[in-house]
Amino acid sequence: MADIAVHEGAHAHEHDAHGAHATSTGLSNNKLAMWLFLGTECLLFGGLISTYMLYRGRLGNGPGPGQVFDIPLTSISSFILLMSSLTMVLAVNAAKEGDDRNTRVWLSATALLGALFVGGQVYEFTAFYQEGLGFTTSLFGSSFFTLTGFHGVHVSLGIIMLMALVGIITRSKVPGDKAEVVELIGLYWHFVDVVWVVIFTLVYLIPA
Amino acid sequence: MSAVTEHTDHGTEAHDHADHGSHPTTLTFVKVAIILAVITALETSTYWWVEDAHTVAMITLFICMAIKFVMILLWFMHLKWDSKLFSLMFYIGVGLAIAVYIVALMTFHFFA
Repeated sequence: MADIAVHEGAHAHEHDAHGAHATSTGLSNNKLAMWLFLGTECLLFGGLISTYMLYRGRLGNGPGPGQVFDIPLTSISSFILLMSSLTMVLAVNAAKEGDDRNTRVWLSATALLGALFVGGQVYEFTAFYQEGLGFTTSLFGSSFFTLTGFHGVHVSLGIIMLMALVGIITRSKVPGDKAEVVELIGLYWHFVDVVWVVIFTLVYLIPA
Repeated sequence: MSAVTEHTDHGTEAHDHADHGSHPTTLTFVKVAIILAVITALETSTYWWVEDAHTVAMITLFICMAIKFVMILLWFMHLKWDSKLFSLMFYIGVGLAIAVYIVALMTFHFFA
């Protein structure tokens, strides 16, 4: 951290409006690090998406996307994840206003919607397996399960972070600035939603 | 949010560039969510479009995806109001990923 020492006795404050330490950029280092992390995550998902694009036609003896994909179900899942972004941004707003009760309510709602999305993904994976598409059935199956599985793991980690945050806020043990902590987890959550926007279009809706 | 200035060892002032301008209201976020839901419905509807409209469907899907991507970044992730440095961090990642993987796909003759 490139924190710059602040003169004692000056009228400057140690923390800005968000509680961030004084830094050489004047910005929160935590937030900058989160954006940098999300930038690197683009490379991870970019690799997985391009691998899927490359192998989606390699079906082997297994079923193809047109035979297994259930677009109405996936559309509902996408809608649920999209709405979880709304509840997340409302949680951030509530945290900025210092409204702990509404922050917890919206964070819990976000976690619930995230859990519904993961539940839909588990149902989808089970249905695909029963229709003969396993992880090792074909290159299409391997790349599809790796891509969507990685995304599902990200959503699951987000749910764990949200629930942990609800617990920490309840006990009033949030380290540093509460609004910034909620905002950082919110950034991660919205990123997971952004990635799904791309996956939903490129993997599910654009025909092979 | 008000910007906070601080005197550093170098005698300079560090400004918090976060939260430029007026902060969006709850209604703004609800409106954005409704627009995103409508776009998602439009995207989903392309699945049932006739095969003759394949090219139109593809163009529609790419445009819808780009609009949703940008809307979430600008409004929900606050890039519209936050420092340009945050945007730069993310767009470098996105740009690098797109460039690297387009080259990788071209190497495997994906677009041929």
